[in-house]
Amino acid sequence: MIPAPFGYKRPGTLAEALALLREHGEDARLLSGGHSLLPLLKARLARPGVLIDIARIPGLSGITETAGGLRIGALTTHHEVEASPLVREACPLLAEAAGRIGDVQVRNRGTIGGSAAHADPASDYPAALLALEAALVASSPDGTRSIPAAGFFTGPYESALKPGEILTAVEVPSPPRGSGEAYLKAAQQASGFAVCGVAALVVPGPGGTIASARVGVTGVAAPAYRARKTEEALAGKPASPDALRRAAALAAEGVEPLDDFYASADFRRQLARVYAERALAEALRRAKG
Amino acid sequence: MASIPEAPKFIGVPIKRRDDPRLIQGRARYVDDFQLPGTLHMAFARSPYGHAAIRGVDLSKARAAPGVVAAYAGADLAGKIGPVPVAGLVPDARVPVQPVLAGGRALFAGEPVAAVVARTRYQARDAADLVEVDYQALDAVVDLEKALAPAAPRVHAQFEDNVAFRWAIAGGDIEAGLRAADVVIKQKIANPRVVPLALEPRGVLAHYLPGEDKMTIWSSTQVPHKLRTLLAQQIGMAENRIRVIAPEVGGGFGSKLNVYREEALAAYVTRELGRPVKWIESRGENFLATIHGRGQLGEAEMGLRRDGTITALRYNVLADCGAYYQLLTVAIFTLTGLMLPGPYKIPHIEMKVTGVFTHKMATDAYRGAGRPEATYILERMLDLAALELGMDPAEIRRKNFPAKAEFPYATSAGLTYDSGDYHAALDKALQKAGYPEMRRQQAEARRQGRCLGVGLSTYVEICGMGPSAALGGQGWESARVRVEPTGKVTVFSGASPHGQGQETSFAQIAADAFGIAVEDVEVIHGDTDVVPYGVGTFGSRGTVVGGSAVVFARDKVRDKMARFAAMRFEADAADIAFAGGKVFVRSAPEKSAPFARIAQMAYDAIQLPPGTEPGLEETHFFEPPNFTFPFGTHVVLVEVDPQTGEVKILRYVAVDDVGNMINPLLVRGQIHGGIAQGAGQALEEEVIYGGGGQPLNATLMHYALPKAHQLPRFELDHTTTPTSVNPLGAKGVGEAGTIGSTPAVVNAVLDALAPFGVHHLDMPLRPEKIWRAVSRARKGGPA
Ligand SMILES: Cc1cc2nc3c(=O)[nH]c(=O)nc-3n(C[C@H](O)[C@H](O)[C@H](O)COP(=O)(O)OP(=O)(O)OC[C@H]3O[C@@H](n4cnc5c(N)ncnc54)[C@H](O)[C@@H]3O)c2cc1C
Repeated sequence: MIPAPFGYKRPGTLAEALALLREHGEDARLLSGGHSLLPLLKARLARPGVLIDIARIPGLSGITETAGGLRIGALTTHHEVEASPLVREACPLLAEAAGRIGDVQVRNRGTIGGSAAHADPASDYPAALLALEAALVASSPDGTRSIPAAGFFTGPYESALKPGEILTAVEVPSPPRGSGEAYLKAAQQASGFAVCGVAALVVPGPGGTIASARVGVTGVAAPAYRARKTEEALAGKPASPDALRRAAALAAEGVEPLDDFYASADFRRQLARVYAERALAEALRRAKG
Repeated sequence: MASIPEAPKFIGVPIKRRDDPRLIQGRARYVDDFQLPGTLHMAFARSPYGHAAIRGVDLSKARAAPGVVAAYAGADLAGKIGPVPVAGLVPDARVPVQPVLAGGRALFAGEPVAAVVARTRYQARDAADLVEVDYQALDAVVDLEKALAPAAPRVHAQFEDNVAFRWAIAGGDIEAGLRAADVVIKQKIANPRVVPLALEPRGVLAHYLPGEDKMTIWSSTQVPHKLRTLLAQQIGMAENRIRVIAPEVGGGFGSKLNVYREEALAAYVTRELGRPVKWIESRGENFLATIHGRGQLGEAEMGLRRDGTITALRYNVLADCGAYYQLLTVAIFTLTGLMLPGPYKIPHIEMKVTGVFTHKMATDAYRGAGRPEATYILERMLDLAALELGMDPAEIRRKNFPAKAEFPYATSAGLTYDSGDYHAALDKALQKAGYPEMRRQQAEARRQGRCLGVGLSTYVEICGMGPSAALGGQGWESARVRVEPTGKVTVFSGASPHGQGQETSFAQIAADAFGIAVEDVEVIHGDTDVVPYGVGTFGSRGTVVGGSAVVFARDKVRDKMARFAAMRFEADAADIAFAGGKVFVRSAPEKSAPFARIAQMAYDAIQLPPGTEPGLEETHFFEPPNFTFPFGTHVVLVEVDPQTGEVKILRYVAVDDVGNMINPLLVRGQIHGGIAQGAGQALEEEVIYGGGGQPLNATLMHYALPKAHQLPRFELDHTTTPTSVNPLGAKGVGEAGTIGSTPAVVNAVLDALAPFGVHHLDMPLRPEKIWRAVSRARKGGPA
């Protein structure tokens, strides 16, 4: 599997990278961990003229605490997210999703920024980023903007990033106190990508009720989405298995599921319902501690 | 008085594979690791269509691309390279001529249409993209049943339909057998196409030396000598001017038991250009243009008496040949027929095969090659019968086994099984599994609404291929053994191991006879200039046939050495023994000399009496009088999630009987890999074609292989029923795991689904298929 010819640039700073991106325009692709881009190049499905390798630009990786939560540099690898004590403590959902990505090699190279920018509808992060109400920070020569996850993933392999922008970080607000979180996934048997991944975040209310719930679903439809009907059906309701089941039954309501030889739209709907129910139950169990 | 030296034995000892360190450390040398100065690289433009008319091939852009030295289309080679060789045909088979590059039509997606040769691999690949082919896409036949419809597009215009061949095998009287039955079970059963997927794809490096008019070919092959003979004919060059080297070969599973177009092209082009030519298959090409396995769609009918005794088995099957035959495409399907009775006494059998041409890559030998298909039919049918008769699956199997005393056992398919004790293997497996407890666990789980299933498969397979009468004259294997003047021993084998570990086990076989350390034996294989003419490694024959050849060659050398020692000690040659690194007189052990001393003497003719032939080197061609028939029982416990269709294998118990084991560690390794591969077919693997004949899942991102985390710890054991057809008493183990595991896993899943009334599903049992069957059943519809 041999890629078509391409040029290669390795800028030392973000500013240089942005300048190169402006210079080469459509002909350029950014390279982070390469674990989505290189397979495309090798299959000759992508033939960019220039790769701009940003993987070693200082300041774009690492995890830090902020006033409202965590800031995760775009170049932070899946493994770093999975293993980070900060992430495990503040938003275990993200660590759990990161830990379910591919295999060890993939997690050691792939980055959160690359995954988000690539916006593969079967990738794991989007479900968690949606449920955590994270924001994605993008830089361009004009400045920096923060894009809420809910508006970031716009379609299969499509995001709100504009040409010339580079993702620099992901900001994850601390989840509400006392919440429980879980990410469960049905993996495609060959690639390990999500046929259905459900990230659930449940905030228990008084007297055995659910105060609120957030459910992010990936793999089922493009783009990944919040299962709002499920969330609404749970708010303020008793946390009974029955209630969870009824709410989870709405997890694929109003979306148009993907349909391929691996899983039909019907099957994806079914997986969304079952995995939503199980993820909610698990999140609730964890919330109770 | 000296004591008799200790005689450590290496046969039967689990010695670690000596090739592992170099494999693990990345120091093994595969074809691509051979770098010759001035090497040119070959790349192909391949048909993106399953079926297309080629209205023109324009090579001008490719030829003008940087680094390109030559480019060829089908027309450029007409009459210059013979067709791809085919063997193992049945009478009246229609044989299409397979050119090395497509001519007027491309008949499968991935068929090479043009070849480009350039200075670097990258340049070759880029230039291949510049080949302009004017295709006209045509309707493709993909489905076996539709391929036989009168209006179906024809794969080969010269034949009046898509029937490739018809073949039948029968024993007893099938109609009488079915009439004698109390119940007749019928089921349509598919055994879909799968991809062998050796870790190392194919590859060839061909180097022609014009000065000497000689050619060396490094190829990732299982059959270096066969490749040499057939290539010589194909490119019109004297066989003894060609040297084929199979260096490290990263697995084959049957897919490299072949002579492929790319090998012939590399050989042709190096002779044309006088420079080395290399082609290394990409994973994508491996999916498209290396043979596939299985590919059967049949209807089985089994007759039984109420008590579970099988009276008859009929199997009518469509066999997916693909567009062209590769070396053994047709023969593989006949193996299914030969093994149709399996380990059971089935007095009346019949199998009718219709070979079908389709717009796909050829099928051919894939681990098990025809036998997994037979075992699968039997094991599925027996489970369906057990259900119908209300019998336990273990009991119905036990009921139909021949008894130990009935061996050698002649089957209704005309084979004679060498030796067997099927009851013992079944009993041991059931005991190891805790079968009654497993069933209790299953019942308990069912009460809790969980779906546990227990699956059994009892199998016998045909291997140690085999007597020459059944293999086109080439069922033997060769070995040469040389004791070097320093007392080191070199074994040259005509077999061509490619991951099985015979470098270790053949050393064990040789060391025992000479009483020397196993480290003192070197094993050489896979080089036609160095080893005696050999048949190669396939059909679980490496140890059984190749190892037996080592036994005979080794004994010839040892006998000669004993004669030399007898002269020296003035003793009787029959009284000479070898042990502990010494050669000595058994009745007078104080008369002894180091092994190396006697070896040295054999090469120092002054020390030998006049008229004695010096040297210690002997060759033997071993012809096995029969196949061998390993057998066993696999027991699997699975849990199925009825809401998502996901299957988890909870336990895997296997008791296999491969006769005597030369190296139990190698045996376990083979069983492990085999089980995993067979489970992969049961649950995940299948080449899926679109309507135009393009495989839709021809990448590792889409085609699922079994992975370690999906498998439990295998609980293995064995019984040992040696064979008498070879001096080692060994039966072969390369394919047993695959043959046993596929039906065991499928049976377990269907056992789990039994409460839903779902009794048969075709492989692979992927989650959606299971979920759909369960949902349909819950809605009260047909399963
Ligand atoms: C075998 C295998 C299995 C996998 N399994 C999974 C799985 O189970 N789940 C899963 O979610 N993923 C999986 N992946 C994908 C993996 O997570 C990728 O690493 C990830 O999707 C991309 O991140 P990257 O850093 O490798 O990006 P790259 O491949 O370097 O880039 C991907 C795309 O994003 C762009 N890009 C990269 N960085 C930025 C940035 N900072 N700003 C703007 N654009 C940018 C690139 O130009 C490119 O278009 C798998 C990959 C492989 C090879």
